[in-house]
Amino acid sequence: MFRGIFSVLYKETIQIRRDPFTLFLILALPLFQLLMFGYAINTNVRNIRTAVYNLDHRRASREIIDAFTNTEYFQIVRWAQSDQELNDLIVAGEVKIGIKIPADYTDNLLKWGRATVLVLIDGSDSSIASQAVAVSNSVGLSQSLRRLLEQHPVPEPALAVEVRPKMLFNPDMRSANFMVPGLIAIILQIITTFLTAFSIVRERERGTLEQLLVTPVRPAGLMLGKLAPYCVIAFLETCGVLVVMRWIFDVPIQGNLLLLLAVAVLFLLTALGIGLLISTRAQNQVQAMQMAYFVILPSILLSGFVFPRESMPAVMQWVGYLIPASYFIEVMRGIVLRGAGWLELWENIAALALMGFLFLTVSALRFRKTLG
Amino acid sequence: MTAILLQELTKRFGTLTAVNSVSLEVNEGEIYGFLGPNGSGKSTVIKLLCGLLEPTSGTAWIAGKNVRQDPEAIREQIGYMSQRFSLYEDLTVEENLHFFGSIYGLSGRLLQNRSREVMQLLDLSGRGRQLAGTLSGGLKQRLALAGAILHQPRIMFLDEPTAGIDPVARRELWDLFFHFSSQGITLFVTTHYMDEAERCTSVGYIYLSQLIATGEPEGLKKLPEVNPSGTRRLEINCHPITQALRILRTAPYVRDATIFGQAIHLLADASASESDIERDLQIQGVTSILVRPIEPSLEDVFVLLTRRQEAARV
Ligand SMILES: Nc1ncnc2c1ncn2[C@@H]1O[C@H](COP(=O)(O)OP(=O)(O)OP(=O)(O)O)[C@@H](O)[C@H]1O
Ligand SMILES: [Mg+2]
Repeated sequence: MFRGIFSVLYKETIQIRRDPFTLFLILALPLFQLLMFGYAINTNVRNIRTAVYNLDHRRASREIIDAFTNTEYFQIVRWAQSDQELNDLIVAGEVKIGIKIPADYTDNLLKWGRATVLVLIDGSDSSIASQAVAVSNSVGLSQSLRRLLEQHPVPEPALAVEVRPKMLFNPDMRSANFMVPGLIAIILQIITTFLTAFSIVRERERGTLEQLLVTPVRPAGLMLGKLAPYCVIAFLETCGVLVVMRWIFDVPIQGNLLLLLAVAVLFLLTALGIGLLISTRAQNQVQAMQMAYFVILPSILLSGFVFPRESMPAVMQWVGYLIPASYFIEVMRGIVLRGAGWLELWENIAALALMGFLFLTVSALRFRKTLG
Repeated sequence: MTAILLQELTKRFGTLTAVNSVSLEVNEGEIYGFLGPNGSGKSTVIKLLCGLLEPTSGTAWIAGKNVRQDPEAIREQIGYMSQRFSLYEDLTVEENLHFFGSIYGLSGRLLQNRSREVMQLLDLSGRGRQLAGTLSGGLKQRLALAGAILHQPRIMFLDEPTAGIDPVARRELWDLFFHFSSQGITLFVTTHYMDEAERCTSVGYIYLSQLIATGEPEGLKKLPEVNPSGTRRLEINCHPITQALRILRTAPYVRDATIFGQAIHLLADASASESDIERDLQIQGVTSILVRPIEPSLEDVFVLLTRRQEAARV
């Protein structure tokens, strides 16, 4: 049933070794991608560029400006001298936030006990805008409370109701912790799917598959022999990206590393299976590329990598169940961030195993030893 | 013993019929030459016989085994050399041979010895370490042949093995084919060269996906369709040849006239004598005329059969 497996494996290894540049690309590219995307995808908003137009200049106005900068969300980069200038700075994209303190700010506070600060927000980036709104509201609230307490001292100043959110996992709310495990899943999926699909389609294109098919090699032997070296490469890759995650993005692995690696191998098998399935269909590398994208796009969008699956329409959630990356991302985040183990994750792992088995079997069955 | 037997073998690709009900038989140890214009279905027939394509209808037996029912059993028995070089260009000559040898179950000393033997036979010794992709066209063909003969198959399918090869190398390859044939190996060879066809034990001619002639070359030349009663074949050397052709084509006793190298081949009424023809040409100013009776060549046979087929279609 596996006749020819070792011959094919040996041949494939020679071919990979003979092309060190491609091997380098295969190994290095995902690491570069991880570094690039890992740094670029950052949903934490800090140090938003801010301009201030202060018409007051007295102590109270300086206090409120300090209160804004102390949150670390706002970084004052410009001082405007007119309404027009403040507006222009935002339009030009120099700053995202404009704070205007009116000339009568201190007077109003002293005379009436109430004053207004205008905060202009560039709404074109929704994640920045929503955080800016929330933070400036809380700056206003805390300033008001402080003044209130100064005027009406209470023996034990305390709020009647205080909500204290506490992050159990990822306490700093760093987006790297959340994004990088998912990113690893996506990158591994992309390289393994492409690698395997191409390795067979290339032979079809060059005509060497034809020569192989007239030999007594068995389909299963041919496929496994071709897969094994890529499986090893992809596994090394996994170790590489985990190292980058741990020591460059500083995301500690809370759970069991061995379990993580074992599940990664399962996931790689499903990705290899998808690649094989593509290669049984595609006649050339362009077709293979298109089919691979057809699989990879949903893996990026519907797996919960970018958007939480809970907030998707039911149909999309269901599609997500058919994507191996959904389960692997769940497992990765579980093990890396929450320290979850086999007990909590076995359903996801079982789903992955089932899919891997299914893909490999179906492609071995579909891969008949004929051309047309 | 029959090595290859086709029974109404048919292959359709969608609406296109690439092979239309082809039946033929090749005996063990024969060299069967398979001829036909581009796109007539030669490669498709070979792919059907090697199990690379599934027939739409009809069937074929290779070494007594049915290609439909038992394709795997046939694989050990056959060697295949495709029309396009299809060994690994990024492997060396030796690695290619070792790879294919090991798939057929050769290993260790046996594999070493056998590849050395084959490399010697095909004059590839000393090229063992060269990447297959950097070989010249002729050497690539030899390597492909080496790959096909390595596991000592009983039957070989060679798809245009001599295409794009210089005349000396071509002759050497054919010497090898005869060597294989003398060992009892059956060869099924496609070609566009008539001189190669003349050397085959049997030939088949496929036209528009139908086999329109099959048999020994001598037998085909004696077919009644090729030699209609009351006609004779003549070869005419003369000068200028194109003018002579124009004259002859209008002569009442000429059935067909074509230029063949430096001469005109004529199918004429039996009543036309050499002197009649000579006289008719001389009157019109043609000189150095030499007329002699000839046997039809295989090319004559194929041209004639093709015309008949064409005429029958319209
Ligand atoms: N896989 C395929 N799908 C569709 N059509 C095909 C396929 N393979 C061959 N054909 C068509 O079948 C016909 C016969 O092709 P084939 O390659 O057998 O010709 P051939 O006699 O070998 O020609 P050549 O002398 O040029 O090699 C051609 O019209 C070709 O376009
Ligand atoms: Mg052909």
